[in-house]
This record gives sequence, C-alpha cells and structure tokens, in this order.
Amino acid sequence: METPLTQNIGPGKLPLNLQEYRAAGGYRAAHKALLEMESKDILQLLQDANLRGRGGAGFPTGMKWSFVPMYKDREERPKYLVINADEMEPGTFKDRLLMEGDPHQLIEGIIISAYTLQAEVAYIFIRGEYQRSADLLNQAITECKAQGLLGTNIMHSRFNLDIFVHTSAGRYICGEETALLNSLEGKRATPRAKPPFPQVSGLWGRPTVVNNVETICNVPHIVNKGAAWYKSLSLTEDAGTKIFGVSGRVRNPGAWELPMGTPVREIIENYAGGMQDGYKLRGFLPGGGSTNFLTQEHLDLHMDYTSIGKAGSRLGTGTMIILDDKTCPVGMVRNLEHFFAQESCGWCTPCRDGLPWVEHILTEFEHGRGEIEDMEVLTRHTHLLGPGNTFCAHAPGAMGPLESALRYFREDFEAHIHSKSCPWTGIRGSHK
Amino acid sequence: MEKITALSADEIAEITAEASHYEQPQAASIEALKIVQKYRGWVSDESVKAVAQLLNMSPAELDGVATFYNLIFRRPVGKHVIMLCDSVSCWIMGCEGVGAQLRNKLGIEFGETTADGQFTLLPVTCQGACDRAPVMLVDGELETHLDEDKITAILANQK
Ligand SMILES: Cc1cc2nc3c(=O)[nH]c(=O)nc-3n(C[C@H](O)[C@H](O)[C@H](O)COP(=O)(O)O)c2cc1C
Ligand code: SF4
Repeated sequence: METPLTQNIGPGKLPLNLQEYRAAGGYRAAHKALLEMESKDILQLLQDANLRGRGGAGFPTGMKWSFVPMYKDREERPKYLVINADEMEPGTFKDRLLMEGDPHQLIEGIIISAYTLQAEVAYIFIRGEYQRSADLLNQAITECKAQGLLGTNIMHSRFNLDIFVHTSAGRYICGEETALLNSLEGKRATPRAKPPFPQVSGLWGRPTVVNNVETICNVPHIVNKGAAWYKSLSLTEDAGTKIFGVSGRVRNPGAWELPMGTPVREIIENYAGGMQDGYKLRGFLPGGGSTNFLTQEHLDLHMDYTSIGKAGSRLGTGTMIILDDKTCPVGMVRNLEHFFAQESCGWCTPCRDGLPWVEHILTEFEHGRGEIEDMEVLTRHTHLLGPGNTFCAHAPGAMGPLESALRYFREDFEAHIHSKSCPWTGIRGSHK
Repeated sequence: MEKITALSADEIAEITAEASHYEQPQAASIEALKIVQKYRGWVSDESVKAVAQLLNMSPAELDGVATFYNLIFRRPVGKHVIMLCDSVSCWIMGCEGVGAQLRNKLGIEFGETTADGQFTLLPVTCQGACDRAPVMLVDGELETHLDEDKITAILANQK
C-alpha cells in the first residue's frame, strides 16, 4: 500500500529539514513543474487525476482552478493562493499531522500550485493554536529562501513566490473560505456573498484560490507520478489516498493515510483497534462534527465522497467520531450544537437566533424537561436552518448531526421525555 | 503621524514587519493584537487605539476584530491561562469530569481568575488532538490524555 502523503511521517520522527527532504526525493516535482511544464499542463494533470478538495466539500480542484483568469503578461494584476489550515471542525486532526510531520511537502505543493495559478504571493491561514505547525512552516520557508526555492526567480525559472504564514485567533467560521478572506484582510470574519467567487474576486478583490492543506499536499505527488498512478491508489472512483482518523471510545484512536474508499469497518477495526472493552458502537459522524450520523448498518460503506454522500452524510474531513452505547446521543448532539451556536458569526438571523434555541431545547432534554412538542420544534429547525436558508453553510452543517440523530436515535430522545431524565447521566429535572 | 506612545519599540517593529506582508496593513490586525498580548498578557483599550493608528484603522473597527476571536483577551488574565477543550471528542472522553476537577482544585468557575492572579480557566473549542482526548492548553502548550493525576501534576508544576 502506497502512502505518499505520510511517507516521511512517523510516530516520534522529527520532520525532515530541507536537505533531508531533498534527499528523500523532495522538490523534484517543483523542479519538474517550474522548468518543464506549463501552467495549463499541470491544470490538465490535476483534472485528469480527479483530485477533489480535502477541506470538506470535495470540490474538484482542477475545476476550481480553471475559473481563475490566466494572464499572458505576468505583470498584470496580482493573484493569490491561500492555504486553509484553520482545521477547527470538531473531531478533525489531519492537517496538523501533515504540517507538523512534513512541512516541506506543503511548501512544495504551494510552489507548484502557485506557479500553476500565476500567483506570486501565497498565505497559509493557520489556526492560532497550531503554534508548532506555524513555527515549522516558517522554518521551512526560511530554508527555502536561502536555497533559492522561494523568492525571486525560483530555480532559475523566472517564477517569483513569497509565502507568508498568517496565524488566526480561534474562530470556526474563519475556515469558511469567504469568511477566511475577510479575516485575512483584517476584517470581522463574516462570509461574503457569492458570486463573485474568490477565483475571480477574492483577497483585496484579486483572483484568489483557497485550498485545504491536505489537498495541496497531494499536488507534488501527482506531478511526480501522474494521473493514472494517482487514481490507482484508490479502491473506488474517487482518486488518491486520504488521511482518515478515528476518535472516541476505540482502543487506538489516531489518523492513518489509507486508500480512498477504504471500508469504514476496516478503519475502525483494523486501524483504530475496535471499540474499547465494555463499549459498543452505536453510530458515527464520518467526517467531523458537521456531518450526519451513520450507524452500524453503514459499517461496510466505502469511505469516499460518493458512497458516504449516497448514504445521506458527507465524507467531510474523513476524521470519524464514534458514538458508543454508554454515551447519550442527545448529549452528544447538545455538545455539537453548543459549539455551532457559539461559533455562529451572527450575520444572518436563522443561524444567529436558531442555533442557541436548538441548544437550549437539547439542554432541556438533558435535564429531563423535554416535551413531545419539542421534537417537532427541533425537526422544524433542521429545515429552517437547512441548505439554502442561511447565508453560508455553517448552519446547514450544524443541522447535519441533529437531523440524523432525530432519525436514528428517536427512541433516545423520547426516553428522555418519558422518564423525565437523561437515561445516561440520571439527571432528573422538575417540570415547570 | 502622531507618535505612538502606548506601544514599545519592539511591538511597533514586530507589527510593522507583519504589516509588510500584505497589500494593506489592516490585514496584520490579528497578528498585531497577538503581539501586544504576547508582551502584556491582554489587550487594553489604549493598546487597541495605538494598534489601530499603526494599521490605519479606526479603533472601533479594530475592536470589532479583537472581540470576534476567542484567543484575544480584552480583559486581564492570570499569569497562566488554562483552556480546556469542551468539544465533542473530548466530551465523549470525559472532559466534564476534568473540568470539575480543575474548578475544584483552583476554586474558580470557567471564565474566572484565581484570587492570587495565578490561573485563568477558560473553555476552548476542539484543538485537533482528538486522538489524545481529553486535552487542554496551558499557556498555549498542549496537555493530552488528562485525568485527575495528570491535572494534579500539571498544576503543581506551574509556578
Ligand atoms: C463553517 C465552515 C468551516 C470550514 N472550515 C474549514 C477548515 O477549517 N479547513 C478547510 O480546509 N476548509 C474548511 N471549510 C471549507 C472551505 O470553505 C473550503 O471549501 C475549502 O477550504 C476549500 O478547499 P478544498 O477545495 O481544497 O477542499 C469550511 C466550511 C464551512 C462552511
Ligand atoms: S449561517 Fe451562521 S455562520 Fe453563516 S453567515 Fe449566517 S450567521 Fe454567519
């Protein structure tokens, strides 16, 4: 099994410095791209490879890039490449692994991507708490500048590029790509209306591409080994490998690079070591806190965009969170909605007012004060805050776990109502 | 420009260096606030005013940014800031129990600072270390696999 993204990463292993990374074959792809390939060749290669965005939405990367206006004369308006390293989706810990484990891989991916897009400045927008990642990336950038891999006339290709690490200060909505652009510009991080799309008018109104860390880390390998190879890494039609992760009451929580399409059961049992003694799996969020619950009946699904999508959820970030039989499903959803309510940017009313109300009702359930009519109110919110009814995808994402919990764990909600208590915590409330 | 006296020469130099990375200096606002916080522990009204002047913004606009983010402190905090993750994986793995122990040992609630000014206790969202839950940050350093013994040891080590 090939693991290109993590080939230099191992437990307890320090990240490679520039010299070591080069000795391991690093920056060969950048050399090939900048000196032997034209922008349009690389774009075609990514489209052929069927690389899809690893930030959660799975949008085809080549297609996204194809909307960027291409200039004949390099002196025209600036363009920007922005790397989304915000990674604040609850239950997600994959970009940290890539940045702490092999910072030069991301830098090489940025060089090739920026060259393809004719962008001469790239920003890595990284969450404030990932200080170690930021330090390692800055160190890698310094090494590259000293060796002519960044700056002006990179590898004598006449291509210029500066990369800056921009650290954020902790707000989930900054991961949404248009809110990220406002945040980067030093404004309040509320999302922007689309269109215009960032590829045409992004940072300071310039053409801008925003891509996830893991997406860009794939680029050097595709340039090195080609589209057919990249597709052959996968078990299903969605190409490549994917960093999958598991957290919750499993024996060996962690993250692993596996073929795209690896069955859920294999990831949980073979890699995460199965459930801890005394715990049974009741359900799982396949790709972070904003994805819909799936249950035992879905364990044989392939982890890819298509199969998980067909089952009514999303691959999301590919890092699963397991719900076990000793954890209250209502409590778990309450915890998630608390997060989403707190992290709402407050721009549009359904999300700003709806999410705290949802959290409030779920808290009432947890205190044994849920009423049968509340089920209806919760269901109504899954529509009111659903796709198309709010300014950005934050609120619809928040409704994913709620909508699916109401479907799969309905009897648990009802048990709270009938017993006037939480069957897991025993907390009992007095009715008003 | 009016001379900025509320910031040190180091702060001004670091902020100016950050601002040079962007088409417009305002883009350095988070970095600037974090630089001030690094030196002073928190961001006062005077600092907001001075940074805004440096970055060519109105203080109100900069404060709109400052108050938007969880990691910018607009009020004084203790010598050590403990931030306990309360998001989903840590919750499943028992962060509520850990939180109760911290509150107990420190004698404060979340959002408060101990009377001796040593510790501020705050909740924080998912830290991207879910495979090592429950976790917290102590002055920005990640502490993982928390349980009662570990909490006792960590607190004893902070002076
Ligand atoms: C509320 C919200 C939060 C998001 N957070 C992140 C994030 O932390 N990291 C990320 O890469 N994408 C995040 N996204 C997705 C981005 O908007 C965008 O689709 C992605 O960065 C594009 O990169 P990709 O095409 O390489 O996947 C978020 C989206 C929403 C709606
Ligand atoms: S859906 Fe929520 S996060 Fe998105 S713009 Fe509206 S208020 Fe902001």
